[in-house]
Amino acid sequence: MKGSKKRSVLPGFRLSLGFTLFYLSLLVLIPLAGIFIKSFELSWAEFWSAVTNPRVLASYRISFSTALWAGLINAVFGLLIAWVLVRYRFPGKKIIDSLIDIPFALPTAVAGIALTTIYSKTGWIGSLLEPLGIKIAYTQAGITIALIFIGLPFVVRTVQPVLQDLESETEDAAATLGSYRFRTFRKVILPGIMPALLTGFALAFARGIGEYGSVVFISGNMPMRTEIAPLLIMTKLEQYDYAGATAIAAVMLIVSFILLLVINLLQWRMQRRAEANV
Amino acid sequence: MAGAITVFGSKEEIKRPKHNTEHPVVQGLLIGAALLFIGLVIVLPLVTVFAEAFKKGAAVYFEALSEPDALSALKLTLIVAVIAVPLNTIFGVAAAWVISKFKFRGKNLLITLIDLPFAVSPVIAGLIYMLMFGAQGFLGPWLDEQGIQIMFAIPGIVLATVFVTVPFVARELIPLMQAQGVQEEEAAASLGAKGWSIFWRVTLPNIKWGLLYGVILSNARAMGEFGAVSVVSGHIRGQTNTLPLHVEILYNEYQFSASFAVASLLVMLAVLTLIVKAIVEWKSSAH
Repeated sequence: MKGSKKRSVLPGFRLSLGFTLFYLSLLVLIPLAGIFIKSFELSWAEFWSAVTNPRVLASYRISFSTALWAGLINAVFGLLIAWVLVRYRFPGKKIIDSLIDIPFALPTAVAGIALTTIYSKTGWIGSLLEPLGIKIAYTQAGITIALIFIGLPFVVRTVQPVLQDLESETEDAAATLGSYRFRTFRKVILPGIMPALLTGFALAFARGIGEYGSVVFISGNMPMRTEIAPLLIMTKLEQYDYAGATAIAAVMLIVSFILLLVINLLQWRMQRRAEANV
Repeated sequence: MAGAITVFGSKEEIKRPKHNTEHPVVQGLLIGAALLFIGLVIVLPLVTVFAEAFKKGAAVYFEALSEPDALSALKLTLIVAVIAVPLNTIFGVAAAWVISKFKFRGKNLLITLIDLPFAVSPVIAGLIYMLMFGAQGFLGPWLDEQGIQIMFAIPGIVLATVFVTVPFVARELIPLMQAQGVQEEEAAASLGAKGWSIFWRVTLPNIKWGLLYGVILSNARAMGEFGAVSVVSGHIRGQTNTLPLHVEILYNEYQFSASFAVASLLVMLAVLTLIVKAIVEWKSSAH
């Protein structure tokens, strides 16, 4: 850090840093630490049996697998959408671009009831699939669809700026050397946007694991089959099983922390690469 | 996490040479696939909300919005946002100031900590305050003696909402202020401007549009928060129900039209938020 020895002439360092740390500690860090403190009230055996109970394990499995599927589908279609928005011209592009942010701004419960209505037996899409014997609402496919809705903007908005900044000269070079378009994409473009795509996927995945509002309506909440981990925490709380709820939450928190770390490492790498290119 | 995504990208269109783009048919197919996906995933749910809300006619729609429980939910939602949004705005500005204008050790860690609430499940966000202030919580018995109620009351709902919306303003401002650098502020300081006047006269005019979007977005998230609020509210009808919780209750009572009618208010809020975003982008690219 080049300027660390020279004191900045700007004011407010102590005040703003102090306030930032105070606010974060009071509202975020100390309350989060409560999860681990509460978990320590359990003995190791109690904790272990709380988090490895078959119903709990099933809920982790459902949360992780649906979030993974949704993340993968979003990675593919998010890349496609970002590609189309950055590279092509078509009428209504601005509006389409704005629509991508809807899942950020729309309350999850609203998304939940709307998706449930669409995919239920009598809904617009559900009624089309019903004769084919395909059920979406109240199955894991339904949960995945809710998580696709929630996660889409994360992928599009992470990939879009990187795609925009991608130097077209390298593509030119590849084309001049006689590379076919798809080969150029695979060998030149894809490696360039890979960190962004991974970040977007990780963000969507992390969000999907913890998602609650959009999922509870469409999932049907059957234990062992469509019960997600956050819902199980909720159920335990309603039964005043605070220790059980906290134990499940502690495991989820650790997973979230790891994911957040991975995401930030990816982002620092992207930033460094961008700075190196300047 | 969402804030890694800022509104101020470089938007200029690059004209691509022919060998560097796809055949028009391929382009058409890719555009078609993208539009179909957006239509299915994003547009269809929005249309459904209004279709269901007006299914039984406008009279039912407006009755659902004007009934006392809906009004009290609306009032509570507004109260919560009016407290939570300014708090997080002050925090966001302070955090962005220290991160973008100074060099110090542990900055990346601080950014990660600000992101933390994004990565935490909203249910866990509610749970942590329950463990703190609930009847069985660390401070519960003491609060009870003092006659202070935080859980199942407005303070708990505000706390949970603040937690979930902590990062929004900060994440909108940090990349913007980092890109703007410190030259203007340093120039003002060297001309003898003092702390707050540097902020009000130099920094604020430069960040006002980004700040506005950050505030509007955290407002939408504050008004729409469901999971965290669901844990701490206690669902007391007419007292601790926010709009999203009211939507849930109506839906679970099979009052679908009423439920979607209330939901349509929240859709309008979301659309309004994005319109503000579009204006902000337009204003900032005009400069």
